[in-house]
Amino acid sequence: MTAPSVVVRPARPAVAGRWAMGGRAFRFWLVNYRRTWQGTIYSSILNPLLYLGAMGLGLGTLVDKHGTGSLGGVSYLTFIAPGLLAAQAMQTAIGESTYPVLASVKWLKTYQAAAASPLRPADLFHGHLLFTTMRLAMNSAIFMVVMAAFGAVESPWLIAALPVSVLTGLAFAAPVDAFAVGREKDQGFALLFRFGMIPMFLFSGTFFPLSQLPVWIRPLAYATPLWHGVALCRELSLGTASLAGAIGHVAYLAALTAAGLYAGAKTYSRRLYV
Amino acid sequence: MPAPEILISAVGLTKRFGNFTAVAGIGFELRRGEAFGFLGPNGAGKSSTMRMIGCVSPPTGGKLSIFGLDPVTQGPAIRARLGVVPQEDTLDVELTVRENLLIYGRYFGLPRDVIAERTARLLDFVQLTDRAGDQVEPLSGGMKRRLTIARSLINEPEVLLLDEPTTGLDPQARHVVWDRLFRLKQQGVTLILTTHYMDEAEQLCDRLVVMDGGKIAAEGSPRELIETYSTAEVLELRFRPDDHDQAAQKIQDVPSERMEVLADRILLYVADGDATLAAVRGHGLEPLTSLVRRSTLEDVFLRLTGRRLEDG
Repeated sequence: MTAPSVVVRPARPAVAGRWAMGGRAFRFWLVNYRRTWQGTIYSSILNPLLYLGAMGLGLGTLVDKHGTGSLGGVSYLTFIAPGLLAAQAMQTAIGESTYPVLASVKWLKTYQAAAASPLRPADLFHGHLLFTTMRLAMNSAIFMVVMAAFGAVESPWLIAALPVSVLTGLAFAAPVDAFAVGREKDQGFALLFRFGMIPMFLFSGTFFPLSQLPVWIRPLAYATPLWHGVALCRELSLGTASLAGAIGHVAYLAALTAAGLYAGAKTYSRRLYV
Repeated sequence: MPAPEILISAVGLTKRFGNFTAVAGIGFELRRGEAFGFLGPNGAGKSSTMRMIGCVSPPTGGKLSIFGLDPVTQGPAIRARLGVVPQEDTLDVELTVRENLLIYGRYFGLPRDVIAERTARLLDFVQLTDRAGDQVEPLSGGMKRRLTIARSLINEPEVLLLDEPTTGLDPQARHVVWDRLFRLKQQGVTLILTTHYMDEAEQLCDRLVVMDGGKIAAEGSPRELIETYSTAEVLELRFRPDDHDQAAQKIQDVPSERMEVLADRILLYVADGDATLAAVRGHGLEPLTSLVRRSTLEDVFLRLTGRRLEDG
């Protein structure tokens, strides 16, 4: 008779590094997402089909008849497609960072449940941002495939627009997470949508170049994070990006993400450690 | 016999929220293997104390040591060894019973096969095996409580914190929970619970503190507390509402250690209830109903605070 073989596995410590702990919180969102992922994929495909079809082709034929000089000589479809890529990243990010966060801390209290485990508030914040990053990458990749199917791409540099689109989303997700976790009610979100997201969607260069805006209001548009995402995605898609310009846009978006990361660690802690 | 190991100790522990003092400098020591209770009405500071022990609420003042560690700087390491059953269920109601345990096990860094093995055992323990694949939302309150208890045990904690574990449950569901907690105690798990049910405290706690207004009013085993702060028996008398006050006056002449006049009843704390009832009748009083019973923690609380536990 032989003794049963014993597999000795190194014990995984309950307390681990920042990435491992954030990863555990991320997997919570993954398990939840298993039930809803199919529906989200359908809307991720439908969204670019509708926008590129209606605005790009429908409105685009009208625009293109009047000349596209101010668009840089490309068709309206080709002009707005990368803009919409960045704009959907913003929408995805804000969608993931508002109601799901408030639900976790207020309605379902799953954050409080997790806070009783070794995970720290910052780990929960990072876990949710990791999940948002995944959703941004999925939606942006799908959007780019649809863009290519519409023939709305000028340059292979479009590939580089994937991380830019994700970063654009994170520049919104991190600060909005930080804001949402401290809310008691969802009223603030309506204001955020109405006075933040929708004006940015309309006036940050997604649908028309900022040169069409009155001179006095342009600085405001240039200061919005969405414009930096739109501009860089567009330059990559059209193949007109410059290194200096790209660094500037990325630095702006990264700075906003970093500010959100700093604020979120504080607000998550303040909310969960009462 | 070696001295019991002290797992948690507090000295002058204080928690303030702005100008409001929830916990006003309390001290206690919890030993390994015991069931320790915080008994008190709502707002006594029990939950605040529990949250400080659970390392999700930094103390405003005083000293708190858990497993010899500091809850403010070593929270994750302490929480890795605790199980927490919060007052309000925090289950993910959109997930299944099994998924709730899977998620929670992962928070503690447990590998999947370990979680699966413990899940099977724990669901059996809380009698939810046949609901393993069901969504949590439609489960009854008692089932959710039991699932919360199973979830809190996924990391095989040394100490289980239970904040009002049976509040809101019907009597039958309460007894099931008590039975499971009693079994855990038999297995050597250290239990710390808060309750405003004196029968819960009497059934489960080896030792308890009575809390009121953020302070500890008394400490001891249920039996010690009853012996110290009450009498062997209590005679409860009920009169017609019109006669209540007059009867209370007259009964003062009947010898007793203490008398409590409640809105609907008169309580006489005595050694021999039947003899006292005879004495009451000897004074020409005939109560509508009379009851001789043993003293409970409710009487201890009434003596210490002048209020009843449910009054809050």
